[in-house]
Amino acid sequence: MEDLKALSYDLRKHVVDMIVEGKGGHIGGDMSVIDALIALYFRVMNISPDNQEDENRDRFVMSKGHCVEALYAVLAAKGFFPIEEVIEKFSKFGSPYIGHPNNKLPGIEMNSGSLGHGLPVSIGMALAGRMDRRDYRVYTVMGDGELAEGSVWEGAMAAAHYKLDNLCATVDRNRLQISGNTEDVMAQDDLGERFRSFGWHVIHVADGNDMDQLLAAYEEAKTVKGKPALVIANTVKGCGSAVMENKAPWHHKVPSPEEYEQIIGDFARRKEALCHE
Amino acid sequence: MNKIPNRQAICEVLMEKAKTDRDIVVLCSDSRGSASLAPFAKEFPEQFVETGIAEQNLVGIAAGLAKCGKKVFAASPASFVSTRSYEQAKVDCAYSGTNVTLIGISGGVSYGALGMSHHSAQDIAAMSAIPNMRVYLPSDRFQTACLIEALLQDEKPAYIRVGRNPVEDIYTEESCPFVLDRANVLMEGKDAAIIACGEMVRPALGAAEKLKEQGIGARVIDMYCVKPLDREAILQAAREVKAVITAEEHAPFGGLGSMVSQVVAADCPKKVVNLALPDAPVITGTSSEVFAYYGLDAAGIVKAVEEALS
Repeated sequence: MEDLKALSYDLRKHVVDMIVEGKGGHIGGDMSVIDALIALYFRVMNISPDNQEDENRDRFVMSKGHCVEALYAVLAAKGFFPIEEVIEKFSKFGSPYIGHPNNKLPGIEMNSGSLGHGLPVSIGMALAGRMDRRDYRVYTVMGDGELAEGSVWEGAMAAAHYKLDNLCATVDRNRLQISGNTEDVMAQDDLGERFRSFGWHVIHVADGNDMDQLLAAYEEAKTVKGKPALVIANTVKGCGSAVMENKAPWHHKVPSPEEYEQIIGDFARRKEALCHE
Repeated sequence: MNKIPNRQAICEVLMEKAKTDRDIVVLCSDSRGSASLAPFAKEFPEQFVETGIAEQNLVGIAAGLAKCGKKVFAASPASFVSTRSYEQAKVDCAYSGTNVTLIGISGGVSYGALGMSHHSAQDIAAMSAIPNMRVYLPSDRFQTACLIEALLQDEKPAYIRVGRNPVEDIYTEESCPFVLDRANVLMEGKDAAIIACGEMVRPALGAAEKLKEQGIGARVIDMYCVKPLDREAILQAAREVKAVITAEEHAPFGGLGSMVSQVVAADCPKKVVNLALPDAPVITGTSSEVFAYYGLDAAGIVKAVEEALS
């Protein structure tokens, strides 16, 4: 467990390095979602470079595709591709490491980027698993701003209608989107109640950047029968450094050299503090 | 007169193949009746998915199923599946490269008096503009069946448009020459070439027969494969005739006419006349009434050929 917490700061640094090198990226959302991705890839899902062709592997769809930098960092840590190559080539001319998930890369099932696509696609994957009587599970991660897309609610209806208990969706509830607070832009509260009324099992994670709480939520999701599960991870946008935390402009800001030093310093101090917890 | 619409031909092929292929999956968005797919849903309930009136979900779910090895056919009125779920067609099917065949039923002006909301006069342009998306408008039930059988053999996305009503046969059970992505030359002629797709192939043939009586030779090409377009068939015709006429049940921009014009202008400049629906909501009427009004019937095509040759 402590390993994963420490890893989260190493991977956060990889994300920041990617964004500085590529001169762009969705840094705030990367920082809020990365702990859920680490939990899923390192403890919850059976996905690795060794089982990419295995029909029984779990499936993952990054619906909030703009946070691909966090996904790249996690996939690289899993051994899908070298992190040095990602940092060097991210967003550069002719690069395979573009600003949204692309399934020409190993470890990525579906292309995404336009919001509101991941849930319907995941439903199709979950239905296929049921048709083939396979016991793999399907995971998708959405942003909270993304939930304004109508297709999310078409999916919310269908997943409950088909009682897809092999499907687990996560909402990265960081409460900020590009224009500001989600509740000002398009209110999402009470999110849990909305999904419950659609027929979902809803699990609230009080601190969606806390590895223990996330893992407990995903364990609970696996036990749900007869309905899809939603993990609402209450996260902090920009989590990991006071420079970025809960600041809307950091949705896709590139750190200056001074900010970079402060951010990397914050990561190092917080990682170090883990040893004294 | 044939009583079987092309949509029913699709269902018959899928039901036959599904008996031995459990990976064939059909999806509808409250459209199983209008798609003639209700028999499939009844016979193969485990290979059928209903999404309700939710076309974005229809196509997204179809892509997810295909990603997990299913051979997916998603059917919904062409007007909706080609526009409401356009982004899912672009991202989840074409960009992600999933084995989904989108079936646009009641295409063109099939819905007649229901108005522009239900007409699909932009689907060829829209779908053809998506990289990795193929576009087919089969002309009759026999060709439709051949097309479905061919698409079951590969794993790439495609969009098919069929009309709502039965159309007169072009081919026969015994004789339906079919090579995927190769157009069929239905009549030879050295004066003009009429290149048509979907429901326009029958009036094109009718026009050529009338022209023949006047001593004008018109080559008729069934270009069911709008994308990838059979360029060689177009250029071969253009080299041998004085004028090329295209006919399509589509808006005047971005459809078969635009594509044929591009090919001819670039590689064998000749006069090209595009016959299409107007850039406006179409007049109220049945398909045949609408076609006749806009000169998309045999008489209208004859007139266009005569004018082009004069």
